[in-house]
Amino acid sequence: MSDTHAQSVAFVRDTMLPEQPPPASEAGVIKWMRENLFKGWFNSILTIVSVYFIFKIVTGAFPWFANGIWTTNSLAECREILDGATGACFSVLTERWNQLLFGFTYPPEAYWRPTLAFFMLIVAIAPVLYPKAPRQLLIFTGIYPFLAYWLIWGGTLLAPLMVLVGLIAGYFAFKQFERQSFAMGMLAGIVAAIVVIWAGGVIPASMPDVLALQAIQSRDLGGFMLNMILGTVCVSLSLPLGIMLALGRQSSMPIIKWICVIFIEFIRGVPLITLLFVANVVLAYFFPPGSNIDLVLRVIIMITMFSAAYIAEVIRGGLAALPRGQYEAADSLGLDYAQSMRLIILPQALKISIPGIVNVAVGLFKDTTLVSVISMFDLVGMIRGPILASTEWNGVYWELWGFAVFLFFIVCFSISKYSQWLERQLATDHR
Amino acid sequence: MSTISDPPSGSFQLSMLINDTRYRSYTFQFIALILLILAFAYLGYNLLANLQAAGLNISYKFLGEPAGYDINQTLIPYTSQSTHWQASLVGVLNTLLVAFLGCIMATIIGVVVGVLRLSNNWLVRQLMSIYVEIFRNVPVLIWILIIMAVFIAVLPQPRDFRGDDAEASMVLGMFAFTGRGFYLPAPVFGAGSGVVVAVFLASIAGIFAFRNYAKKALYERGQLIPTFWPSLAIFFIPSIIAYFILGRPISLEYPELKGFNFQGGIFMRNSLIALWFALSIYTAAFIAENVRAGILAVSKGQTEAAASLGLRPGRIMNLVVLPQALRVIIPPLISQYLNLTKNSSLAIAVGYMDLTGTLGGITLNQTGRAIEAIFLLMLFYLAISLGISAIMNVYNNAVKLKER
Amino acid sequence: MKKIAILGAMTVAGLSAGVASAATLDDVKARGKLNCGVTTGLVGFAAPNANGEWEGFDVGVCRAVAAAVLGDPAAVEFVPTTGKTRFTALASGEIDLLARNTTWTFSRDVDLGFEFVGVNYYDGQGFMVPKELGVSSAKELDGATVCIQTGTTTELNLADFFRANNISYEPVPIETNAEAQPLYLEGACDVYTTDASGLAATRAAFENPGDHVVLPEIISKEPLGPLVRHGDNQWGDIARWTLNALIAAEELGVTSANVAELAAAAGSNPEINRLLGTEGTLGAMLGLDADWAVKAIAAGGNYGELFEKNIGENTPIGLARGLNAQWTEGGLLYSPPFR
Repeated sequence: MSDTHAQSVAFVRDTMLPEQPPPASEAGVIKWMRENLFKGWFNSILTIVSVYFIFKIVTGAFPWFANGIWTTNSLAECREILDGATGACFSVLTERWNQLLFGFTYPPEAYWRPTLAFFMLIVAIAPVLYPKAPRQLLIFTGIYPFLAYWLIWGGTLLAPLMVLVGLIAGYFAFKQFERQSFAMGMLAGIVAAIVVIWAGGVIPASMPDVLALQAIQSRDLGGFMLNMILGTVCVSLSLPLGIMLALGRQSSMPIIKWICVIFIEFIRGVPLITLLFVANVVLAYFFPPGSNIDLVLRVIIMITMFSAAYIAEVIRGGLAALPRGQYEAADSLGLDYAQSMRLIILPQALKISIPGIVNVAVGLFKDTTLVSVISMFDLVGMIRGPILASTEWNGVYWELWGFAVFLFFIVCFSISKYSQWLERQLATDHR
Repeated sequence: MSTISDPPSGSFQLSMLINDTRYRSYTFQFIALILLILAFAYLGYNLLANLQAAGLNISYKFLGEPAGYDINQTLIPYTSQSTHWQASLVGVLNTLLVAFLGCIMATIIGVVVGVLRLSNNWLVRQLMSIYVEIFRNVPVLIWILIIMAVFIAVLPQPRDFRGDDAEASMVLGMFAFTGRGFYLPAPVFGAGSGVVVAVFLASIAGIFAFRNYAKKALYERGQLIPTFWPSLAIFFIPSIIAYFILGRPISLEYPELKGFNFQGGIFMRNSLIALWFALSIYTAAFIAENVRAGILAVSKGQTEAAASLGLRPGRIMNLVVLPQALRVIIPPLISQYLNLTKNSSLAIAVGYMDLTGTLGGITLNQTGRAIEAIFLLMLFYLAISLGISAIMNVYNNAVKLKER
Repeated sequence: MKKIAILGAMTVAGLSAGVASAATLDDVKARGKLNCGVTTGLVGFAAPNANGEWEGFDVGVCRAVAAAVLGDPAAVEFVPTTGKTRFTALASGEIDLLARNTTWTFSRDVDLGFEFVGVNYYDGQGFMVPKELGVSSAKELDGATVCIQTGTTTELNLADFFRANNISYEPVPIETNAEAQPLYLEGACDVYTTDASGLAATRAAFENPGDHVVLPEIISKEPLGPLVRHGDNQWGDIARWTLNALIAAEELGVTSANVAELAAAAGSNPEINRLLGTEGTLGAMLGLDADWAVKAIAAGGNYGELFEKNIGENTPIGLARGLNAQWTEGGLLYSPPFR
């Protein structure tokens, strides 16, 4: 049958032609470039400008990095070696890394202590950040603050241990009295904790050398370590404070509500730097005469208040986002205020607020650099003060500031990436 | 019947203060109030005791005394003989100046970057997200200091302009970019310049009137009047004609190198520029994210619906997408402005004499009146914040979706 | 320990609140340490060395007071203060003594409620310019950009000087010495002005000190001295007479080398005997041990020794005695008699 047309048609194809590749402009790299880089004249211009920009940066920065010098003792030596060529003088980082990271008065033989505390922080924070981490680690998280205090400030381990014992005693007292009412439990817990800490204070005072590390003054803390300490301590302290403020602001009791509103709006209305000025020059007037509360502690108090106000607003957003039905359901179960908050409302509201809280934490961590303005030697303070003013390193701007940018970027960027990841994990609304 | 659920009036017991929900809130509030008063009394008592021990008192008289120091950038007349109060005012104006300039520039950069992050150009998208991530994740203080340091180290100083074979020269003979700041030509208003300015202002009013007319024509008669070229013409032509008719009353004064510095023209100090620029690019990274989120928040259906009505892309953007996106963008935008204003207090790091530099800096140092000066400082920032918040609330109410 | 101490301070503050800071001496003795306010770092006057130990001329005063009161020159806690924080730190009791080249002025003494216990360095405000500018007098500085360290009397003197000479300038306020250095070296200011001693110290830290000159004009009187809070006269006396003891020791030829020998037994000079406590009860009048001045002098030497060791002509700072010589040698140092 196939040859029916053999006479009438000159040629009949009986095999398939091999598949042709698509036209060059519609495939692979070229298609991608056409669609993503050169779609229309405007995009083409943008692309060319961007390529030129990247080219300039790369050609400018590459020799600078490649010729970098890591081993000299001063900028003058660097310049001598470079002999007019472009190149970075990274030796300032190798020579002053300890000052940049730990400040210039922290005893070098104790550098292992904050370093260890830092790595333990990663372990301690894991169960909080990753719901899949083993739950037993939470115990370590609970112990960590006391351990870190001991490692960084030194002194006898008994002192933080006593506080820990006091808090545990408070917790048991709370559990004991909680059945009567939440307020009673709270009161009993606080009283028990204070009594135990008060009474137990004798033990570390009488045995200052048991399990003691060399004690280190707060004012000897410095460098990036100070930023990390301020950031971590203030964020963790401001969380409970922020929750209380948020609940207070939502409260139906006018006086409590207004106290919280005024506090939050006041703190959010002023720049952090003025609060640091308060810590620096005013706060001392409000403590009892003769009490000597050091600057780091005063700064921690003010930064904690600052971040608590912001966290309170984030949590308030979380509380407001919960459907009213949740509140009503809790009421209809006969739960009292404390129970409904603890069991129903807060777990949900906090879950919604976590990304916001992480954003506040990143912002706060960045803001810890402001302490350099009140003459504390954090990373920025070290660079601006002792290092750039020293005879050897006068004029090494790019390398030092680049290092500071690098450190902060690594930390903040990874936290904000974590926050985005968490947001996706928590998205339960399946949009 | 109702008397049954009401408690008998005589049987009030003390324990009801704790156990009865009707009274319990009063108890708690009472306790809170007492604690608050106690806390304040305690702090106040300490304050008084400390002040007494140090032989000090709280007094604002220092505001009326001569300041005794000079300020480099003054927007109002000020000499070293002016009072501390006037020095504070100079500081307030400098704060407002840098905040105002910063907000404008941050908005421009932020909107451009935000839109470009949604561009279909892959390279530009990546570049913009790198920009946003780098600037968002590094403290603004570091940016301010970097820009200031680079400014001083990279740009030539006035001394480099000196001599016959100077290392640096002025751009177009008008602009001098030095490490101390930018020197720009300043307009000098001669006789008759008032008329030119008036004509210029009138033509701006004219543009608005014309645009209104064009809009009306479009809505009422369906008549499409082109607006762009006529607006441009109204903007330039009358002013230029008036300028030449009156014999060029406005001239430019060029900066000149005299003695240690350039003299004449407008001088923008390095501290102002560094602060302005750093605050702008830092805040712009946040604004870009807001803009992007705002545009993404307008659902695709809106664009498609507008397109199916036959609107052109430009009009879709102007009439459909932007009005909806702005509702999402503006509240966070305003809070970014607020942040920028508060961050401008970091001026002290580069020696820009804003309020923190005058009242919270030199005045505080000279008079030693720490409590008073810092209280006033906080009050000022608080007033600005509350003011802007109030405006934001009014705006939010105005654009709120009217749900029926 | 600290946490407990703070908690304690918070809770029983009501108890301690009544006890005002009247008895600084008792506080210091109970604490076992003297809290002394110094600068954040000015080479020669007060700066931490490579080992993080503070040294300098002002530091020497702190150590002498600590030695006189506690018997141990190392029993000092140095608190770095800025121009902004120093007065609050002293007024609030954070420090017991402020030895931070602070100018003695009327308003600080009277209005701020402090007590200057004497002068340990007679200074004056000067100007430093790069040699290449070819400036030889401060009056030629019309239109110059001037870097000023704020928080001192410097900006007031400067405003007065330029107003009196009817010339203009552009002030650039800088918070600390360290921040001013790069600004000046990069040429963002033509002139750097602060106390002449500070200029010398700053110039010494430059890579090429020879490229910069300090102009001859000294435009102000800056008597720098340690100060304490008003109202605790006993403590003020201790600080005052410790400083005087250092000055008198130089005048009387008592040095750290021979002080132990001279104090071993009463010698022929009754003034030395009274100063060193081998005769009379001056120490007891101050509420201190009889050999308080011996300890103070042994701590770092007499005034002259402190000067030579920290800022004298053989140090990088290279300051001449000038006004700070003994009155017997044409200077202004003049200790009241010890009797």
